[in-house]
Amino acid sequence: MSAVIERKTIIGKRVPKPDAPDKATGRTRYINDMVLPRMLIGKILHTDRVHARILSIDTTAAMALPGVHAVLTGEDSPDLRFGPTRDNFPLKSGKVRCIRDEVAAVAAETEEIAQQAIDLIKVEYEDLPPVFTPTEAMRDGAPVVHDDHPDNRSLGYEFSHGDIARAEAESDIVVEHQFEVPYVTHCCMGPSCAIADFDTTGKLTIWSQTQYPYNYKMDLAPALGIHPGDIRVIQPPVGGAFGSKLDVYPFEPICALLAKATRRPVKLTFSREEEFINSPTRQPVEFRIKSGVNRDGTLTFRSVDALLNNGAYTSWGPTTPVIQMRTFTGHYRLPAVEYRAQAYYTNMVYAGSFRGYGNVQATFVTASVMDMLAEEVGMDPIAFRLKNAQNSGEVTPQGSILDDCRLGECIELVAEKTDFLNKHKAYTDQRKQTARIQRGIGIATTIHNAGGAKIHKSDGCGTMLKLDDYARATLITGASEIGQGIDAVLCQIVMEELGIPIRDITIVNDDTALGPWDVGVHASRTTFIAGNSALRAARAARKQVLDAAAKQSNVTADQLDLREGHVVQADNGVPVIRLDKLLRQMHFGDEPELVMVTDYYEPNSVPEDKNHFGNLSSSWAHGAYVAEVEVDTETGEVRVLKMTVVQDVGRVINRLGIEGQIEGGISVSLGYALSEQLQISEGRVMNPNFRDYKVMTAPETPEIELHFIESDCKEGPLGAKGIAEIPAIVPAPAIANAVYNAIGIRFHAPPLTPEKVARALHGAPQQ
Amino acid sequence: MSMEVEINFSLNGIATQAHVPPTMTTLAMLREKFDLTGGKLACGEGECGACTVLIDDRTINACLMFAVDCDGREMQTIEGLASASGLAVMQQAFVDHGAIQCGYCMPGMIMQAKYLVEQNSGQQALTRDDIARGLEGNVCRCSGYTKVVDAVAAVVLEENQTGERAS
Repeated sequence: MSAVIERKTIIGKRVPKPDAPDKATGRTRYINDMVLPRMLIGKILHTDRVHARILSIDTTAAMALPGVHAVLTGEDSPDLRFGPTRDNFPLKSGKVRCIRDEVAAVAAETEEIAQQAIDLIKVEYEDLPPVFTPTEAMRDGAPVVHDDHPDNRSLGYEFSHGDIARAEAESDIVVEHQFEVPYVTHCCMGPSCAIADFDTTGKLTIWSQTQYPYNYKMDLAPALGIHPGDIRVIQPPVGGAFGSKLDVYPFEPICALLAKATRRPVKLTFSREEEFINSPTRQPVEFRIKSGVNRDGTLTFRSVDALLNNGAYTSWGPTTPVIQMRTFTGHYRLPAVEYRAQAYYTNMVYAGSFRGYGNVQATFVTASVMDMLAEEVGMDPIAFRLKNAQNSGEVTPQGSILDDCRLGECIELVAEKTDFLNKHKAYTDQRKQTARIQRGIGIATTIHNAGGAKIHKSDGCGTMLKLDDYARATLITGASEIGQGIDAVLCQIVMEELGIPIRDITIVNDDTALGPWDVGVHASRTTFIAGNSALRAARAARKQVLDAAAKQSNVTADQLDLREGHVVQADNGVPVIRLDKLLRQMHFGDEPELVMVTDYYEPNSVPEDKNHFGNLSSSWAHGAYVAEVEVDTETGEVRVLKMTVVQDVGRVINRLGIEGQIEGGISVSLGYALSEQLQISEGRVMNPNFRDYKVMTAPETPEIELHFIESDCKEGPLGAKGIAEIPAIVPAPAIANAVYNAIGIRFHAPPLTPEKVARALHGAPQQ
Repeated sequence: MSMEVEINFSLNGIATQAHVPPTMTTLAMLREKFDLTGGKLACGEGECGACTVLIDDRTINACLMFAVDCDGREMQTIEGLASASGLAVMQQAFVDHGAIQCGYCMPGMIMQAKYLVEQNSGQQALTRDDIARGLEGNVCRCSGYTKVVDAVAAVVLEENQTGERAS
């Protein structure tokens, strides 16, 4: 027998993604790289109007073009509706309601022919009066976007707790502020793409970028008039998602309708310009917030009105109040709080979900207001936050259970690590001098669901785990991989329990015909939910293996352990038998058994009741981020020098992965703070390219210092919490607060572009 | 269809001939004629760097260069970096430092990083700022760039210590 094998843990280590070598060599075939035999190329004719009646569509010339196999318009499928509120259509008939509207589509032999055919389609319109803002849309006599919504009202939300009127009357100080957050877009490096193919019995296979494959079937089916059970979703590697692929968008059913019409596989891909115009945005919001505080620094109430531009159709954007609300009502202790949100249909583009899901918008407001209130009562930003931070055991007005609340610890640690108070005071004093470059420091904090979010009846995930005769493990999980790194995390969990090296573990999660159900990659839930399911499956497999080994070796299973491909004695690490040998003995012995286990994990969270009350997530986490900036008072340019992060992560599983998620989230939030905005003029997107829509690049990346609070979440897998949205939420308001510290100007509407900052500094009106 | 032009060039060290329409981009040729799909069409306007390849030892955006202009040149793509014995040093560094998440931009990023380090070979070592500036034409939406710079900096450090060209 070989030498003693010590127990080593893989949890908390730096584990490269298993798919990284193939990605580094260009071997990985993304959906955008795929070609199927007999595949046609699909293309969409988007309208050039924002609100118009379609008088006629002439497709004769397009149909006659050699190499064209199908031309479809809304008249071919006028009854197909889809979307969370069933207000969208794959191809539009009757009228167009925004610049994205799909009026015709073609399938052709090549991209060039498809484009020529699109150019040959003639559409006659009669323009209708447009409406672009919620304020316009709510007026009597405003143009109506959907005939069945004559008042243009879309989704609305309301929550109230405590006696607001009394709290306001009794508050020492009451202040009111307005904020407005912009349209931004995901900028996935892999443009939107789908490939669809129907078999002869009418069943659809769709190769999709979706990040929620199982509910995707349910959402896609009505757009095609087929049964969800007749849809198989295959998920090749994707070039980013970030929430943009949590819904069905018209190009997907259109691709499938073209495949149905031609009885051939059809691939449809957006150009970058199409991507900027037609893929979902983050939800823009206009906020009015009234806050009360007593002179001793105690928050007394918060009252928030959120006005949402629904755009022409409803995707997930107008549902983001569900998460906005949790922060407005539950971040810091509030005796009385109310929140109202209302979305109005307009002739604008429409928003989906985007990493942070409503909390990006809410936290920009709450974190800015906390600093403003601290100044009102003459407290520093740290002491004011600590005074109002909840303690473990408190429950928020909406029922978020803060059983192990680390908010205060996050604030104290980040203040200490950054020497916050000394710098904050020094920079405030320096404002009186006239140096061109002014420095500032700012803090922001948030709360976010860290144990899934039960926005559906179930927030579960299934796992199937098998071990073969060579001690190779295959883990089939419902959880999708979109680059975030659940593959590495699940491998680590299997390795930790079964002692099988990561190289010998295969994760299968790209085919709904194989995988068990899962809600999708959203709500920072995958490590928590899929991790728990994988852990339970791995523990079941471990028990089966150790029971078999114990039977052979006259010891009890708890005296054995699995390490490095061996069964060993737990106390001294002496090998008992090689795992592969044991598995073969189990398989081919007198009482044959295979190790193949299943698990379905459903977290203990509950859906909100009709009053928006309930512990929506199995766990909540806080983060406190500090930004240090330089402002060039001549040019208005803001440079972020450093971002210091303190976040309650429960427990680090993959240190490389968690760092990467946080660094990447910060980068997206930096863009939100400083440069990103989809410029939309009268419904038209004016900057659909990377020249004019500025995302962060390497030289703008600040130094990042990370501190993890490992609170060992009792519901989390090995103690872990969800972590991936907080870094996309908190940096932007920390930067805005730092800019205030540097120059004494409060910005109520990101992004803080050089132009906007310079105009404010030099007294010029904002445009 | 339009006429095609014969071109002869070196592709990842192999003498190669292709017949391409005059309007075809280098990226389209690589992807469609040679099935080399490591370089991506992510913007098509030279703004994101996801299609970066080396031509005559300079990096270019393959989406902006006509294929006919490859005639007589030497081209290296991401597929030409690894050898039978494994990943190139730069590729391995990207893997080990966790730079790769969705990975869509990474073939272009790695080509640019390799160019940056090789071009600087024998001169004063690149700082993190130098590296970041050298990669500013390559957009990544996942990583936030920190681990990309970590990876390149590690290669630079290794080169300095061994005095050899490691990338």
